[in-house]
Amino acid sequence: MFPLSNLVRAKGDPKILRSGPSSLTMADKLTRGLGWFSIGLGLTELLAPRKITRALGMRGMEPLVRAYGAREIAAGVMTLSTEKHLGLASRVAGDGLDIATLAVGLVRPGNRRRDNVALAIAMVVGVTVLDIAAARATKVAHGRNGAGDRRKFADRTGFPQGVEAARRIGTTARTAGSA
Amino acid sequence: MKALVWHGKEDIRCDRVSDPEIQDSRDAIIKVTSCAICGSDLHLFHNFIPAMMPGDIMGHEAMGEVVEVGSAAKGKLKKGDRVVVPFTIFCGECDQCRRGNYSVCERSNRNKDLADKAFGHATAGLFGYTHLTGGYPGGQAEYLRVPFADATHIKVPDGIPDEKLLFLSDIFPTGWQAAAQCDIEPTDTVAIWGCGPVGQMAIRSAILLGAKQVVAIDCVPERLGMAEAGGAITINFMDESVIERLNELTGGKGPDKCIDCVGMESHVTMSLPDTIYDRGKQMLMMENDRPHVLREMIYVCRGAGVISIPGVYSGLVDKIPFGMAMNKGITFRTGQTHVKRWTDDLLRRIEEGQIDPSFVITHTVRLEDGPDMYKLFRDKQDDCIKVVLKP
Ligand SMILES: NC(=O)c1ccc[n+]([C@@H]2O[C@H](COP(=O)([O-])OP(=O)(O)OC[C@H]3O[C@@H](n4cnc5c(N)ncnc54)[C@H](O)[C@@H]3O)[C@@H](O)[C@H]2O)c1
Ligand SMILES: [Zn+2]
Ligand SMILES: [Zn+2]
Repeated sequence: MFPLSNLVRAKGDPKILRSGPSSLTMADKLTRGLGWFSIGLGLTELLAPRKITRALGMRGMEPLVRAYGAREIAAGVMTLSTEKHLGLASRVAGDGLDIATLAVGLVRPGNRRRDNVALAIAMVVGVTVLDIAAARATKVAHGRNGAGDRRKFADRTGFPQGVEAARRIGTTARTAGSA
Repeated sequence: MKALVWHGKEDIRCDRVSDPEIQDSRDAIIKVTSCAICGSDLHLFHNFIPAMMPGDIMGHEAMGEVVEVGSAAKGKLKKGDRVVVPFTIFCGECDQCRRGNYSVCERSNRNKDLADKAFGHATAGLFGYTHLTGGYPGGQAEYLRVPFADATHIKVPDGIPDEKLLFLSDIFPTGWQAAAQCDIEPTDTVAIWGCGPVGQMAIRSAILLGAKQVVAIDCVPERLGMAEAGGAITINFMDESVIERLNELTGGKGPDKCIDCVGMESHVTMSLPDTIYDRGKQMLMMENDRPHVLREMIYVCRGAGVISIPGVYSGLVDKIPFGMAMNKGITFRTGQTHVKRWTDDLLRRIEEGQIDPSFVITHTVRLEDGPDMYKLFRDKQDDCIKVVLKP
């Protein structure tokens, strides 16, 4: 599959013949999927909260569902940005909140949709596992191992004759007025 | 041939692509012997620069051997010549080129109409960059077509390794121009934000241009260590207040000259309010750039000082204390580098042994390993500071 942009390239500019492996890691791809999922779920919660509360036997909680929708969208945007670790962390926190809220539905007296609630909890737990996995994998793929060694490049002056000689070049050029 | 190709945000691949061809009589084709990944490439990697297209070949720091020359470039170049390719493409004849303002050459941007709209007046063509600067295929590839090749090249002698010469293409003249534009006086304190490859070159340049004191700011220990090796006093902004330390080092007066070698993706400690504000706005695409360093420079710079900005910004920035800048009488100097303006002098300095720019290289790998190197460099893993690729 060639990018459409091959069509618009100037004649004589190189065009893709065969694509190689991507710099995107599995962690990046999973994270991206979760980001879009977050936005999709958030939009549903924001736009159709009643459908959700009805299915869960939790009527009257629409404003909360809407607020959670906004939260999902924010977390989704963050997860898709270069600050994905923050996005994933806020998703994990959000998952906890979702589970706690659903648990209320489970114990709500007279709720006849408990089976649906249980199913929802199972789904959220599943997503939480993915979120945590993505957060861990992101840390492994993109984190720095260790604090970095200040002395590692202590000999890399860049000046073959040493720093003091370089300073002298600077000051002599100055006084000679030729820099 | 093989080339590193942009496919989207954080998605670089080593693809097989068709070979470049001579398109104009002033073109030449170079067989690339060494090329490098630049901090500017990271802005493209993150998709923060508008008008990239999937299929664009990356890379604007390259050198190699001339293998084909268009008829009109023949007097100036011949097969077998060894050249470093300046990242700013220039015609050498227009009004701006004649003044040495090569990065705003009036002819080399082949998407001039689009660029005129985006920038008011188009800037020069650049290799491996956005379509706003001509969308020219870049040099992270086995072969590179150089437009206006009769002007756009730096001839280099045999007998000096690639590693010492390659950075004449960009980061060495970029660091140099950043310092030169400060008009350094022997009494000056020059403060430099960012100890990436550009910051490292700016530090060495400020020393060679006779600054009294050079202060370098970053938060990455091995980069700060390398800055110190080059003669700078260092500030780790995670551990201490940049503003307090700079004032302390200048008897309360502030640095005379400030250089921004960070650009649009500056990090900020979580304790400062602007980090959340800028990151949020940038994520929502309400602001292109995170200008924390600019704000800090304007605040701490001494009155009548100079702020020199090689760091790349792409579009709108927000909450810049311009009143402060105006009242303090600050001079701003900016720009993509007019590479060729400086390279004769810099090549001489390399040949004389005043400086050896290869000090900054931490990784040398095959072109095929390029996609992984983008991540390594971005994430500063394995103490990576500068990556050189060998096609
Ligand atoms: N004007 C030009 O022609 C030109 C040419 C080359 C590069 N550039 C630009 O120069 C900039 C630096 O390039 P590089 O290759 O050194 O990139 P880099 O990403 O390796 O270096 C940036 C450094 O800035 C540090 N940093 C981040 N936030 C900071 C802060 N708040 N204070 C101090 N330091 C901070 C980072 O830790 C990093 O070490 C980029 O914006 C790049 O696009 C401009
Ligand atoms: Zn560059
Ligand atoms: Zn020109």
